[in-house]
Amino acid sequence: MDRAGHGNRRDGHFLDRTAMSLRAPLGRVLGLGSAKGGTDHFWGQRVSGVALVVLGLWFVASLSVLPSLDHHIVVEFIGRPLNSVLLSLSSLTAAYHSYLGVQVVIEDYVHGPGLKIVSLIISRFGHVFLAVVSLYAILKIGLGA
Amino acid sequence: MRNTERPLSPHLSVYRWPITMTLSILHRATGVAMSVGLVVLAAWLVNAAAGSEEYQQFAAMMSTLTGRLVLIGWSFAFFFHLGNGIRHLVWDTGRGFEKHQANASAWIVLVTAIAVTAIFWIVLL
Repeated sequence: MDRAGHGNRRDGHFLDRTAMSLRAPLGRVLGLGSAKGGTDHFWGQRVSGVALVVLGLWFVASLSVLPSLDHHIVVEFIGRPLNSVLLSLSSLTAAYHSYLGVQVVIEDYVHGPGLKIVSLIISRFGHVFLAVVSLYAILKIGLGA
Repeated sequence: MRNTERPLSPHLSVYRWPITMTLSILHRATGVAMSVGLVVLAAWLVNAAAGSEEYQQFAAMMSTLTGRLVLIGWSFAFFFHLGNGIRHLVWDTGRGFEKHQANASAWIVLVTAIAVTAIFWIVLL
């Protein structure tokens, strides 16, 4: 009886052991699993984190050696070309790193698909806005406009 | 009748609170705090670009007691998140996962963050 059943399975397609997987061929090729995403979030967080170790230490060290935080001194500091570049990189990288972090927090704590998606969109808009605002301010000082 | 013999899934309240749990929560909390802090950092840049008067107003706001406390909080958040971030990067290489190592690195990160925050403000003020 077992043999007969086995034979039947072999003939039938979807009961066959090798065809048992419900994964579509395309899904198998892409190899992304149920998360629909790869490892880009993980890597983005690490690599921007490494960059921010350097940029963050530079920023904090620079602030602490400034004679004061008065307007003309701060503007003079931001306006120097290398500082403008490093500060721009810091702002953009921090905004990116922050976006990735906040995204995980929202995904963890905000329940309900509607509110979750709205929160993620607001977070993304907010972070892009902050990045552009910071960049614009730095360039305005750096270019002396 | 309540069956107290049945197996229970382990819950947070079952464990003696370890330092590593505090650090884990602090990492997320300081991260979120700094995300909010990005707004103030952007405001600092914008006011610096806007002109001396606008900058004065912003600086005055940050010099109040509340402003100072917030800035000190953020600087601690920065140093803590930086140190613990490096701890995470070391973990990513597969090292430092033994219990005694994780506990030791937790204390090192915490104490260093507090010390560096103090030094930073002594230098700055």
